[in-house]
Amino acid sequence: MKDFKMSPRPLWKSLSDVPMGSSCSSFHICDTNAAWRVFRPVMDYSLCIGCHQCYLLCPDGAIHKEDAKVFRIDYDFCKGCGICANQCKPGAISMVKEDQV
Amino acid sequence: MSEFAFLNGNEAVAWGVRLSRPHVIAAYPITPQTKAVEKLSSFVQNGEMDCKYLHVESEHSAMACSIGSSSVGARTFTATSSQGLLYMSEGLPYASGARLPIVMMNANRSIATPWNIYGDQMDAMHVLNSGWVQLFVEDAQEALDMVIQSFKLAENHDILTPVMINVDGFVLTHTYEKVEIPGQELVDSFLPAIEKAPHLMNDQDPMSLCISAGNQHYMEFKIKQHRDMFKVFEQLESIDRDFEKSFGRSHGGAAAGYRNEDADVILVTTGSVTGTARVVVDSLREQGIKAGLVKLRLLRPFPSDDLFELIGKAGAVGILDKNISFGFEGTVYTNVNSSLLQKGYRGRTFNFIAGLGGRDITKENIEEMFSALLEQKGETVQYFNMGCAL
Repeated sequence: MKDFKMSPRPLWKSLSDVPMGSSCSSFHICDTNAAWRVFRPVMDYSLCIGCHQCYLLCPDGAIHKEDAKVFRIDYDFCKGCGICANQCKPGAISMVKEDQV
Repeated sequence: MSEFAFLNGNEAVAWGVRLSRPHVIAAYPITPQTKAVEKLSSFVQNGEMDCKYLHVESEHSAMACSIGSSSVGARTFTATSSQGLLYMSEGLPYASGARLPIVMMNANRSIATPWNIYGDQMDAMHVLNSGWVQLFVEDAQEALDMVIQSFKLAENHDILTPVMINVDGFVLTHTYEKVEIPGQELVDSFLPAIEKAPHLMNDQDPMSLCISAGNQHYMEFKIKQHRDMFKVFEQLESIDRDFEKSFGRSHGGAAAGYRNEDADVILVTTGSVTGTARVVVDSLREQGIKAGLVKLRLLRPFPSDDLFELIGKAGAVGILDKNISFGFEGTVYTNVNSSLLQKGYRGRTFNFIAGLGGRDITKENIEEMFSALLEQKGETVQYFNMGCAL
């Protein structure tokens, strides 16, 4: 289930399109989460104050800033660690078990 | 102005490094490489080199520091040997995979156990698949010159691959020779300051370095790296031609023949033993025996085309290995044999294993190798200068 996608998968027509020396923008070539996440963070936008804490502290950069106060979680790459929910002061993020979403 | 000096292989390497003006040296001393890093350390201490010398706590750290400094675009040198090379081996594919132009001297030495500090080429063979260019030198002058050439090769934006210069332990590292030290201005014009490659760390264009790539992308990175390595042949030859124009000396490309054109039998060598083999070839030629020699300078990338061109017509070929892949044969033999087979070579090949743990390879041993080739007798894999029966 895809909510938000930052960058498309790279299209490589030949080896000259492959980045040199495994250096490239993040979100470029990691594989999507293969449904092993146990809890997923769910946002309540009515409580979000736009403090950026979730956006800054997500260890996988899976939270994107869409607008000044709209942060979206990319569930293709979120591993469900819960750091965002733990850091969210107004309690706008809750961790919900995958089979109860 | 260039000057002549009486130097051992370690000092020759240190002079090559000094003239190449690296920004960073990160190294841990180990016999028989110690004198090279001691000399570099004193050059830096005395202010004769403007360079950051990192006294690291291990070879693993030496490679980690080299990867770090090369990642920001600094010209970087390190040196090691034997167990040290094995200890840093985890970092070697990181350096080559990240396409970092680090240059390293490896003083070839045996691998424990039994503990042994003397020269053979077992250490280099352990890391043949690490993605580094593997170069072998015959004497101290070639060692000095190849340090300068290797920086130019590694830093070429088509290559961007680290280079390991293999210098035989003791036979080269501790033996004094007359060596020409080129003038600094001449080296500066041949080897300008490093031009930072676009994939390295850059605050104007931030990127993730050493990213992870899953099964959908990893293979393309590795095949790109593999195919880029073949560009080394052409670049090395072109660099050597430029080197000859500037310095009046040439060391050739990936492989070099000696009296091989009309030879009935050819011996293939790597490193310092080539010098001894030249003398034997000359004396056999005086006796009317058509013996020839092929010196392999590169083991990675492996020069299959050059080799077949140099060997093709000989009736039998012997490959001298100062290493052994336990349960199989010498590693150079495996490589040469495979490439000759692909090219359709029809003569017989022999593998001569000698010189392990610093055991002498005498002129008599090499004469015995040539007579085995001439008579095409004995086992495919043979051992020389053994102290007892098999």
